[in-house]
Amino acid sequence: METIRLTIDNRTVEVPKGTTINKAAKQLGIDIPVLCYMELKDLCIENKPAGCRICVVEVQGRRNLAPSCATKCEEGMVVRTHTTRVLNARRTVMEFILSDHPKDCLICAKSGNCELQSMAHQLGIREIPGQEIAAMSTYKKDTSPSIIRDQDKCIMCRRCEMMCNTVQTVGALSAVNRGFMATVAPAFEQNLEHSTCTYCGQCVAVCPTGALTEVDHTPDVLRALADPTKTVIVQTAPAVRAALGEMFGMEPGTLVTGKMVTALRSLGFDYVFDTDFAADLTIMEEGTELLDRLTRHLNGDKTAKLPILTSCCPGWVNFFEEYFPDLKDIPSTAKSPQQMFGAIAKTYFADKINIDRKDMVVVSIMPCLAKKYECQREEFSVNGNRDVDFSISTRELAAFIKQANIDLNNLEDGEFDAPLGESTGAGVIFGATGGVIEAAVRTAYEVHTGKKLDRLDFTELRGFEGVRSATIDFNGLPVNIGIAHGLGNARKLLNDVRDGKSQFHAIEVMACPGGCIGGGGQPLHHGDSSIIKARAAALYREDKQKPLRKSHENPFIIKLYEEFLGKPNSEKAHHLLHTHYFDKKKKIIVKQ
Amino acid sequence: MPREKMQILVCGGTSCTGSQGDAIIENLKLELEANALENDIRVVSTGCFGLCSMGPIVKIMPGDIIYTKVTADDAREIISEHIMKGRKVERLLYKDPSTKKTAATEKELIPQKKQIRIVLRNCGIIDPENIDDAIAHDGYEALARVLTTMKPQDVVKIIKDSGLRGRGGGGFPTGLKWEIASKNKADEKYVVCNADEGDPGAFMDRSVLEGDPHAVLEAMVICGYAIEAHHGLIYIRAEYPLAVARLKTAIKQAREYGLLGNDIMGTGFNFDIDIRYGAGAFVCGEETALIHSMEGLRGEPTVKPPFPAESGFRGKPTNVNNVETFACISPIILKGAEWFASIGSEKSKGTKVFALAGKINNVGLIEVPMGITLREVIFEIGGGIRKGKKFKAAQTGGPSGGCLTEKHLDTPIDFDNLTAAGSMMGSGGLIVMDEDDCMVSVAKFFLDFTVEESCGKCAPCRIGNKRLHELLEHITKGKGTLADLERLKNMSNVIKDTSLCGLGQSSPNPVLSTLVNFRDEYEAHVIAKKCPAGQCKDLMEYFIIAANCVGCTACARVCPVGAISGERKEPHVINPAICIKCGACMEKCKFDAIIIQ
Repeated sequence: METIRLTIDNRTVEVPKGTTINKAAKQLGIDIPVLCYMELKDLCIENKPAGCRICVVEVQGRRNLAPSCATKCEEGMVVRTHTTRVLNARRTVMEFILSDHPKDCLICAKSGNCELQSMAHQLGIREIPGQEIAAMSTYKKDTSPSIIRDQDKCIMCRRCEMMCNTVQTVGALSAVNRGFMATVAPAFEQNLEHSTCTYCGQCVAVCPTGALTEVDHTPDVLRALADPTKTVIVQTAPAVRAALGEMFGMEPGTLVTGKMVTALRSLGFDYVFDTDFAADLTIMEEGTELLDRLTRHLNGDKTAKLPILTSCCPGWVNFFEEYFPDLKDIPSTAKSPQQMFGAIAKTYFADKINIDRKDMVVVSIMPCLAKKYECQREEFSVNGNRDVDFSISTRELAAFIKQANIDLNNLEDGEFDAPLGESTGAGVIFGATGGVIEAAVRTAYEVHTGKKLDRLDFTELRGFEGVRSATIDFNGLPVNIGIAHGLGNARKLLNDVRDGKSQFHAIEVMACPGGCIGGGGQPLHHGDSSIIKARAAALYREDKQKPLRKSHENPFIIKLYEEFLGKPNSEKAHHLLHTHYFDKKKKIIVKQ
Repeated sequence: MPREKMQILVCGGTSCTGSQGDAIIENLKLELEANALENDIRVVSTGCFGLCSMGPIVKIMPGDIIYTKVTADDAREIISEHIMKGRKVERLLYKDPSTKKTAATEKELIPQKKQIRIVLRNCGIIDPENIDDAIAHDGYEALARVLTTMKPQDVVKIIKDSGLRGRGGGGFPTGLKWEIASKNKADEKYVVCNADEGDPGAFMDRSVLEGDPHAVLEAMVICGYAIEAHHGLIYIRAEYPLAVARLKTAIKQAREYGLLGNDIMGTGFNFDIDIRYGAGAFVCGEETALIHSMEGLRGEPTVKPPFPAESGFRGKPTNVNNVETFACISPIILKGAEWFASIGSEKSKGTKVFALAGKINNVGLIEVPMGITLREVIFEIGGGIRKGKKFKAAQTGGPSGGCLTEKHLDTPIDFDNLTAAGSMMGSGGLIVMDEDDCMVSVAKFFLDFTVEESCGKCAPCRIGNKRLHELLEHITKGKGTLADLERLKNMSNVIKDTSLCGLGQSSPNPVLSTLVNFRDEYEAHVIAKKCPAGQCKDLMEYFIIAANCVGCTACARVCPVGAISGERKEPHVINPAICIKCGACMEKCKFDAIIIQ
């Protein structure tokens, strides 16, 4: 590899050709501050508009300062990162940015977790000269079912735009207006709700300030908990337990399943259940559907379309309803685990504890913002009573726990309640990209072949590559599996399906890079993708420790079918656990 | 082609057309028909003559007689007197405002002095909608020579040797740009003509496209041959409808003549040109923003490198030159690099077209050799300052240029001298200011434009320029302090130092150059709270000089707010607390007793 030698702050460094000044400086332990720049290395995601101009450095012989994030090293370059000129420029630019930013840090949702706030602190800004005559760029606020946009706080880092367009190919957010009024918004500055937004929440996950945040549903949950007439039950998604600890100072990848259960119980939930149970149920339904469609297809049944697409991810469902409504009959009709849980809780379990569904409140803890929208979908309620009443994110749960004076670090491990708290390892790995299809393979293989699997770790389905594929031998029947995480990657596979070029029998799609562990409701990664990797590793660790690792072996699932549903894809199962999709292609509405 | 005995050329540029130009042509034709002369005399709508302050312009050939400020009603007299009787219509001839002498021919006309027409060689001479006219004036001859006798590298060499530098603002050597693009190998390359002329008051590119579109088309094909590209794109703002229409006509005619398309002139070389429209964003004159706009993306600049010559339109090597640069190409090919290099100054060769505007007698387009002094441009070609006022400053380089003062009057104008003086060549706008112009307000005026035109991508340009503008506003209201001047300077320097593209890197120039050259005026605003030019309304105070006041009471009667009091035949006084500074009293006073302080 061709290398380049340069001097940074009087120290020589040798880097591969094409390396930026910022990365070369890192190699020397020099941390040049960046604001708009963000890199999720393991996911091959980079935001580099060179727009904030905070990371400027002095390059000998160059007329103006160079943005270190976007300037490539050249042979013999002499770089200085902290001259008076650099520091003055950095401070002045920061003052510019702050002069057009609300000063309501005390009550901002991002306070304490805001990259702008910490940068201002790092640069030692104590006053903003000229603030008294400085106009602010203000915009209307926008609240959608999942996401709140407060563009007054936008600093035009364009991370959300990059996620929405380059990574997710959703195209809901892009730069609008020019000059001082430039900001990031849906086309024609429509509300997010009227845009093509899928509520994947990746914009929120990368926003450095309080411009993009989730709709906070904890007050609703608190109200339900305080209501003595309500039985409040909670379900926790697999990815939550692998990330919640981060917000209490624990190392990324720390599993806090037991502590989380204890915390939820002390918050006052009547029953603490696990979405993993519903994940096992999803495998029963979706796996059966896969085998049915596969068998019929192989037998020449033209109505049995392949590939079958997973349907657990609500951001993904929103995406294909918007962009691929012509293919809406190929995803599995199985509801997501969140909704399967709600449907079972408010029927089977409500009957068991002998209460009316109206007196039951189901709360879900999700790594996801699209789940907030999903539980509000009309088809997921009975006479106006939702199957899942409220969905709150990992971040909201952490804040809730803190508000209740609970120190997660010092809690004893608790156990989920029965019967909807029991799960297998297959349910756990739903939280990582490739996990759903791996769980499905474990069950579908044994059901189809009638043989016991001799291995349960399908490592060929794991990893962080955007699009992956593998062929699993079902006792002589090769099943071609595709996996995509990130909607842009999903689009590639979907385009192939639309063009009739897809060779896959089944495709797993997760809207968020990394799967649910990288969800829009998770603790903020601030551009450190190793955190997402650590969460995935934690889930596979929990899977490995579980005594049962195949969904069809979950005794409570078996019992549920025996007592209530009959068998997978039965009429009752169809009624409660399956759904259908809509053509939601947006028309542009300029006037609202 | 029928040969006419005489031609009547009518300026068909945007401003003359806007002042009855079409009606003049119509009436001239009707008069010719009425006198059965329509087959002998041809009426041609041409491009701009550059004499915009005297328009609409009509020129009679042969004889080169120029009539100024012609109206549609003058058509009859022009035909009956000049055409039929051979007598000049004296009243329509140009009169020098200072000497009162009339000038009949183009040569006698003052603004033409010291001018050399290379870029504008055919403007006002040919019919831009008739390719035959262009060909009769050496159009496409350079292309023929290039395609038949030269290798691509020969073309690059001659342009390099000529010393031609980009006329769009940056002044990058054109030949070098072509060389880089030619060396980058790719399956597809593009030649882009930047016709996104956005400086307020600048219209040289528009005039070339309206007056001589083939000059640009020909040069683009030559460039295509030199860098081995086969596609050309002209990025033009949609607000230039006449230029667009003439370009379209020219492209169509060039295709019909085999001068565009496949197998040009039977040489086997293929090159075609398409038009792309801009929506009028100033920043799209920056080449990376222009390319993004053409790609259908937001018109925003991106970091260079990679330069367009490496990765431009659709990621392919792309050579971007501006209209005026392209218009220089054919003459260089035909007359040689040495000829071009012999014109101009040491490091800036050839000519430059300027759009003269502001407080100057002869407003319009001029083409002068590089190295000419500001004094020659303003006082000789431009006819001096209007109403005999005193020259104060000249802004070059458009809104992001700087102000030059009296001390720069004898500095030769070229790329490097202008930059050294804190301004820039820019695209060639030249706005002249006189003693009545407040330089703080001038800086604010230009900032107003850049604040509006910033794309908003980078923080210093998006927010910093706004803050500069606010602070200037603060100062013109008399609320500024000396410390604010330091802040202006620091903010300006940081914006220049940290902005992503040329817009932000130059937008504080009007502030910095006025701060240096007119520091006393700034200080007057912040210390004495006075505007020496009397332009900042908030700092003005109307005052009656008791010695001059005869007590006629005219001022008191005209004052709409009753701010003036005084006994008849006694000196009056103005109460500044009531005065709304409307100026009615001053206008009314016959004794020059009222002044602004």
